[in-house]
Amino acid sequence: MSSELTSDYTVVHTKSKAFYERYERKDDLQHQTHFCPGCGHGNIHKMLASAIEELGIKDRTILVGPVGCGVFTYYYFDVGNVSAAHGRAPAVATAMKRSSPEGIVISYQGDGDLSAIGTAEIVHAANRGERITVIFVNNAIYSMTGGQFAPTTLIGQKSTTTPGGRSAATEGYPLHVCEMLATLEAPVYIERVGLGDNKQITQAARAIRRAVENQVRGVGFSLVEVLSPCPTIWKMTPVEAQHWVRDVMEKTFPLGVFRDRTREAQPLPQQKPAPPLEEIPGILGVADADLPEGNAHAMEGSREVDLQVRIAGFGGQGVLLLGEVLAEAGLDAGLEVSWLPSYGPEMRSGTSNCHVRLSRQPIDSPLVAMPDVLVAMNEPSLRKFDASVRPGGWIIYNGEAFPREYERADVHVLARPFTRLADELGDPRASNMVMLGALLGIADVLPQASIDAALRRLVKNPRWVALDERALDRGRKIYKEAHEGVLP
Amino acid sequence: MEAQKRDRGLLYIDTDECKGCGLCVEACPPKVIHIGERLNHYGYRTAVYAGSGCTGCGICFLVCPEPGAITVLRATSPQVGAKRAPAAGVEGESSCASN
Repeated sequence: MSSELTSDYTVVHTKSKAFYERYERKDDLQHQTHFCPGCGHGNIHKMLASAIEELGIKDRTILVGPVGCGVFTYYYFDVGNVSAAHGRAPAVATAMKRSSPEGIVISYQGDGDLSAIGTAEIVHAANRGERITVIFVNNAIYSMTGGQFAPTTLIGQKSTTTPGGRSAATEGYPLHVCEMLATLEAPVYIERVGLGDNKQITQAARAIRRAVENQVRGVGFSLVEVLSPCPTIWKMTPVEAQHWVRDVMEKTFPLGVFRDRTREAQPLPQQKPAPPLEEIPGILGVADADLPEGNAHAMEGSREVDLQVRIAGFGGQGVLLLGEVLAEAGLDAGLEVSWLPSYGPEMRSGTSNCHVRLSRQPIDSPLVAMPDVLVAMNEPSLRKFDASVRPGGWIIYNGEAFPREYERADVHVLARPFTRLADELGDPRASNMVMLGALLGIADVLPQASIDAALRRLVKNPRWVALDERALDRGRKIYKEAHEGVLP
Repeated sequence: MEAQKRDRGLLYIDTDECKGCGLCVEACPPKVIHIGERLNHYGYRTAVYAGSGCTGCGICFLVCPEPGAITVLRATSPQVGAKRAPAAGVEGESSCASN
């Protein structure tokens, strides 16, 4: 443009600063989008970009992109960008908004994304009144994948999966997202606009700006549905597609405002920001002091360690805790460890077992198919795992006597009434620790300091720590009385 | 040159970015955009400004799906616009809410 021509003119409409100068997706023509000629996404992108630029929020906008033709938002918008799994954009946007309340979080989704696979996410985000902005691009079909029927497809509209046209009898009726969300209490602003003619397009730009502005004001959930042409899949010229939005689509999806409380809505009180990462251990009760220091008592020397343990019993017997103390102590001692719990839905009295491995070498699988030591806290557990014990291994059994039918010539057995022994110490619930004491006697691979540290990390109540320590001692003694160390 | 200066608006079309969808041609109130004969880099026949008659309403910018294919300018001094105010231009102005 020559300066002579433009001296009396000022630019009123040009490419928004919220767009990148160049889009790096392609090697050439990097200022051209990937959208087909006449695609509504381009218009909606421009409206959104103008709103972002005009409101001066470019540096704090986070755009959550969809799956579909709109996926490449991150190539176009010079704002923060996140990609979400198909339909999950409102859930991701919720997380973004809650962790960065100052951010302006915009979820940009198509109808396959929002109204099909993502129906649950959008309904619940709206119902919670998340302070996000949702731009819902509805072209009544799955376009990127080649034109399959969508929940928003019009009755009679042909698609590759409804070649005879959508029939209400088999595919139901078009899903009216705005109407549905407007039945909820929380949303502040819901409007359906179209790209069907000049008037509709200018209204669409206004609505999108308003939906973003609502978030800047902090008033709550805003959603704009845009009826958007897809000339390619609709098999029309861009101009025909535009007219089809106005003349056909609008009959099924009437334009208008379905909820508007933007005027009376007051900025919602600031949500409590997510706690900083360093405070989370304290909130969860695993504050720094209690957190695994990792390798605090790393063992010297190069002695090979490869201990595989299976612990089994009823839920509530402390099966998992026994394994945890063992694994935690291993961690403290600088070993590679794995702890794999396996239990049913019952919190008490269901069967429960866990696999624990301690090794100097990286652990290939956390599964323990042939344990060196089986800790069987009851008879059913013994029955289940007896045969799996490695020849030369050990079975620690909680019972007065080892049942004859499970006797094996090739394994060592330590059978004691551990529950009764624990009861004598003060509480039958400490039987797991007596058994752990016996196990540590058998597999003498861990320094005492690591076991003490693990116990203190995992057992919060000092009274229990004291009892558990007595229980561990008792278990070691029981083993010593019976045998001398055999396992490495 | 003089004729163009008298228009209230001015229009630039980046023919490399334009994909020739024709929505601006349809939307333009004073009908000063048409699809040209020349093919661009991608083989699209692109939109072309007639060279005069633009009212600067900006509706072509809004209907155009490409971010920067169209740039709309508007006359700064009131006299420039006053000398030429075609009826169609007035209509275009009123239909463009974003201004």
